[in-house]
Amino acid sequence: MTGTLRVYRWEVAKLLAQKRTYLGLLTAVIVPIVFVVVLELQTGGPNDVPLGRYIRQTGLAVPFVVLFFMSIWGLPLITSLVAGDIVAAESHNGTLKTILTRSRERGQVFAGKALATATYTMAAVFAMGITGLVAGSIAWGFHPLTSLSGTKVSAGHGFGLLLLSLLVYTLPLAGIAAFALLLSTITRNSAASVVGALMWALLMQLLGVLPGTEAIRPYLLGTQFEAWHGFLRVPADWVPVVRALWVCTLYIAIPVIAAYLVFLRRDVAGD
Amino acid sequence: MTDSRPVAARGLVKRYGDLVAVDHVDLTVEKGDVFGYLGPNGAGKTTSLRMLLGLIRPTEGSAQLFGRDPLEDGAKALDGVAGFVEGPRFYPYLSGMRNLKLLSDYDEPVSRSRIEEVLELVELRDRAKDKVGGYSHGMRQRLGIAAALLRQPRLLLLDEPTTGLDPAGMRDMRDLVRRLAAEGITIMLSSHLLYEVEELCNRVAIVRKGRVIYEGQLRDLLDTAASGYRLRVLEPERARVVLLAQNGIDDVRLDDQELRFTGEEQAVAALSVALGKAGIGVTALVPETQSLEELFLGMTGGESSDHDRAAESSEVAV
Repeated sequence: MTGTLRVYRWEVAKLLAQKRTYLGLLTAVIVPIVFVVVLELQTGGPNDVPLGRYIRQTGLAVPFVVLFFMSIWGLPLITSLVAGDIVAAESHNGTLKTILTRSRERGQVFAGKALATATYTMAAVFAMGITGLVAGSIAWGFHPLTSLSGTKVSAGHGFGLLLLSLLVYTLPLAGIAAFALLLSTITRNSAASVVGALMWALLMQLLGVLPGTEAIRPYLLGTQFEAWHGFLRVPADWVPVVRALWVCTLYIAIPVIAAYLVFLRRDVAGD
Repeated sequence: MTDSRPVAARGLVKRYGDLVAVDHVDLTVEKGDVFGYLGPNGAGKTTSLRMLLGLIRPTEGSAQLFGRDPLEDGAKALDGVAGFVEGPRFYPYLSGMRNLKLLSDYDEPVSRSRIEEVLELVELRDRAKDKVGGYSHGMRQRLGIAAALLRQPRLLLLDEPTTGLDPAGMRDMRDLVRRLAAEGITIMLSSHLLYEVEELCNRVAIVRKGRVIYEGQLRDLLDTAASGYRLRVLEPERARVVLLAQNGIDDVRLDDQELRFTGEEQAVAALSVALGKAGIGVTALVPETQSLEELFLGMTGGESSDHDRAAESSEVAV
């Protein structure tokens, strides 16, 4: 266990030493700021998205609206940018063989990488959410939030709901990260993995809007990005949240286990 | 079957589709050996070393390091073993010091002073805080040795440690290998340079097209191979007559003002005296050092390939 944690610590340190990590996190921070600035300068608003109508009432509404727009490809791209690179870059640079000829088992190295990917994914979501909240609150104040059921929720309670929503929102994104990690392990090519994972995310979105997919729609990855709506109803609707928990667990576990098995057995040669 | 020798590989095979990169290779490295794994580029040396380190899975056969198989025992098989294949690789965006700190955490963490100690040994202490991305090839090569030494190995596996270094760097690297061997570390190094292996190693395996074609003492091999000499004198025509008359001197040729012949050491010694007595001034009498190519020709009965020739000509440039 300590071995895995030590690997994890260094995996995070490596991420913190690479430009692409900052590129991803910076994008996550800039998007909500730009969003708020544009809305401050314009009069119209995103009235047809959940909470869009209340966006100028309170900063609390901003992160929810931003997350809605970013779920299509923004956050999947930010996530796979790092998740698709985390094994492939080391194959490409040859550093994988450097760390695999030390005393850590392959399983520990993989676990460290998977945990670091999860950490980054969560950091991106929270960076975007909290920045949206702060930027929105500066522009329009930290006021009570109108829930999806039309009732008012106090600002403090709304903040709690935001944190819970960000957590649940991270789950489908982790599903995309898991797929990127699998591609990264198999293809050993960073660009192919980033693009492949993005395609996967878009395919899941596309399936959700095609006619005739109603039956499978609740179980698509893209649908789970809306699970947080359950928190914003009064009383809270736990059905989408619980479904997101188990559906996302599958979308995360299957690629991660597959990637793990490949990582344990694969040849580490110059490529 | 366990074998507690530093390296015991039996029947190693690695196939990539139709290509047989390593073809039933047996290798045994004894404690205290400086073992040379010699062969032209592309002969399968790196692939063999990768299998020893558990980086790739053999198609057939097994490899054991101190009695442990990397396939069965995972990272534990590398206890007491360190080295690199195909040149050491590091994180370019981290400093040399941070890279070593990272790698030591992938073993058991060591103190900062221990890291400074190995950096000192490979003369990189001044550059320890610089990012590895800015290191020269030679510095990375030395950092690779430092990273290996952090593990306090009993066996070092080095893949072409001098390749790509300038002459001074090559000399330093060889000095370092000699020093480490003197400290009692068993070393297995691959090389495509015969003279390098001759200079450093007590035992060799010679590999060609994935097969080991000789394993044993290098000296024995060089002695058995036909040995020629080159002679330069002020009066080649007169010297030629002396050579032809001398016992034990054969195959005399006069080639562009230079005489070539074969003979046993004793006969050659007698020849030099004879030349002196005849009043012929000798400017050079040198044994013809065999190239890897010539050695192969001797061993494989003249069978050669363009591939080997290409490897040979690239080596002449070094």
